[in-house]
Amino acid sequence: MIELDTITKVYTKGFLRRQKTIAVNNVSLSIKKGGSLGLVGESGSGKTTLGRIALRLIEPTSGMVRFDGVNLTALSRSALRQIRPRMQIIFQDPDTSLDPRMTVRNCVAEPMKIWNLVGPHEEEDRILELLEQVGLQPDLIGRYSFELSGGQKQRVALARVLALNPGFIVADEPTAALDLSVQAQVLSLIKSVQKKTNLTLLFISHDLQIIEQMSDTVAVMHKGAIVEQGTTRDVLKTPKDPYTKNLIAAAYESETWLGKERGRSL
Amino acid sequence: MNLISIEDLSVRFSTRSECIRAVETVNLDIARGDHVALIGESGCGKTVLGMAVMGLLPKNARIGGAVRYREHDIIQAAEPDIQRIRGKEIAMIMQNSANTLNPVKTVGSQIAEPLLIHQILPAKAAHAEAVRLLAAMRFDEPERAAERYPHEFSGGMRERILVAIALACQPDVVIADEPTSGLDAGVKSQILVLLKQQMADRTLFLITHDMGTAYFLCTRIAVMYAGEIVEIGSTHDLLSMPMHPYTQGLLASLPSAGLHPIPGMSPSPAYLPEGCRFCARCPAATDRCSTCHPPLNDVSGTRQVRCFCYD
Repeated sequence: MIELDTITKVYTKGFLRRQKTIAVNNVSLSIKKGGSLGLVGESGSGKTTLGRIALRLIEPTSGMVRFDGVNLTALSRSALRQIRPRMQIIFQDPDTSLDPRMTVRNCVAEPMKIWNLVGPHEEEDRILELLEQVGLQPDLIGRYSFELSGGQKQRVALARVLALNPGFIVADEPTAALDLSVQAQVLSLIKSVQKKTNLTLLFISHDLQIIEQMSDTVAVMHKGAIVEQGTTRDVLKTPKDPYTKNLIAAAYESETWLGKERGRSL
Repeated sequence: MNLISIEDLSVRFSTRSECIRAVETVNLDIARGDHVALIGESGCGKTVLGMAVMGLLPKNARIGGAVRYREHDIIQAAEPDIQRIRGKEIAMIMQNSANTLNPVKTVGSQIAEPLLIHQILPAKAAHAEAVRLLAAMRFDEPERAAERYPHEFSGGMRERILVAIALACQPDVVIADEPTSGLDAGVKSQILVLLKQQMADRTLFLITHDMGTAYFLCTRIAVMYAGEIVEIGSTHDLLSMPMHPYTQGLLASLPSAGLHPIPGMSPSPAYLPEGCRFCARCPAATDRCSTCHPPLNDVSGTRQVRCFCYD
């Protein structure tokens, strides 16, 4: 479904562009149709850059992105535009990814209008259907984004993405700005939508425990390179790379208590 | 002996059209050396409660009840009196290190500032103390770090600078509001270990939504929902056997517990339900819950729960 082949992204700056920062270094990944890959790493590891390259929102310095066999990196702007509705992204911060001057109705309708997916008569029904799919009350349809809570905003962002029936979604830390119980709501929603519509998902997070819940396979990113990848179960159970081991230790250190405390009470 | 007693504290904000009940009749005693965590989700009123204890609420807040610290009532006391306590005896580690530090002053001068304001040390000694604090916060080159500006540091480093500022005057009580939010797992555990060491002989009031942080730093946890405390207990008891349905739901929402969400949303603090505030989302709700407001009942000596299930 989606393949990244030896992707490298180098940013240059300074006199004669001599200072180089290698954001992504020779990364190859693939996700099967309907599969979910978790991309995990600390901030600055290049995971967001890689996620955007997968959608060609950023041009890679070298390497190739294939989407359903089509080489995205070689496509012209207009050809790329035709393929855009099939690949979508959910951003980290819904406060800045939703237009403050649009109501929920306009926000969800906008992509469908651009692609002429619905006639004016079906539009309202389709919006209501999408709102229901992401668990939003129909009476929120006339609200502006500042009137919504963080969880509601992220649901609107998801409804907007689903409006185009995409095949591939990049979710870039979609719950980083949300509370624990809201995070659980939004993540289980994304998971159920993914299962139902057979979506291919690239899930970016710095939280291994969330990746464990969301993804079948996982790739660990460190300083721009993938240091380890495999099925989520294998990588978490028997990590081979020392960096992965550290990451797992750090993630579970403060949380092992839950298992222990729970175990004792049962 | 309680160092801080929060007694029937209520905080309301009136706007033109509605009255926001941010905190309602909160009672909480914090003994000397106690490490207490206040857990809740955004909008539940936990930061407002923390600000009330610091005497930092805005002028439009309508405050009822009392916050007693030694012989003072922080709510009633005059501002100059509170200023003598604030930063010196009760210090706060504020949320969001990027916005809290002054971008145009060096880190060293910001750490020395409380020492100068409270006239604890003369300028030169205060600067030396700032360098010593930076070293205690594990900065590799404390002298150089003191001369640098906040934007030159990463999020984890800025958080450590905030801890240094809070500890500058050797306060008895530290209020920490989400000290590790927005940090990576590795950096977060560094900060937590550092905080734990520094708090060993101090009193800590931690405000957080993170169970792991509360577990690691605190001996007692109070859970807040929609402006009121719904459960208090020792960390071990509360986490191993959560009693209030909201606490149970929160623990089930953890990624490590399988991300089982609580349905629905917290009520708006402007339109709170008449009965139990968790009623609409509660799997154990009965008719009584929607009409009567449950009190915070003692279940055992150290455990209090606001739920009719434990009558």
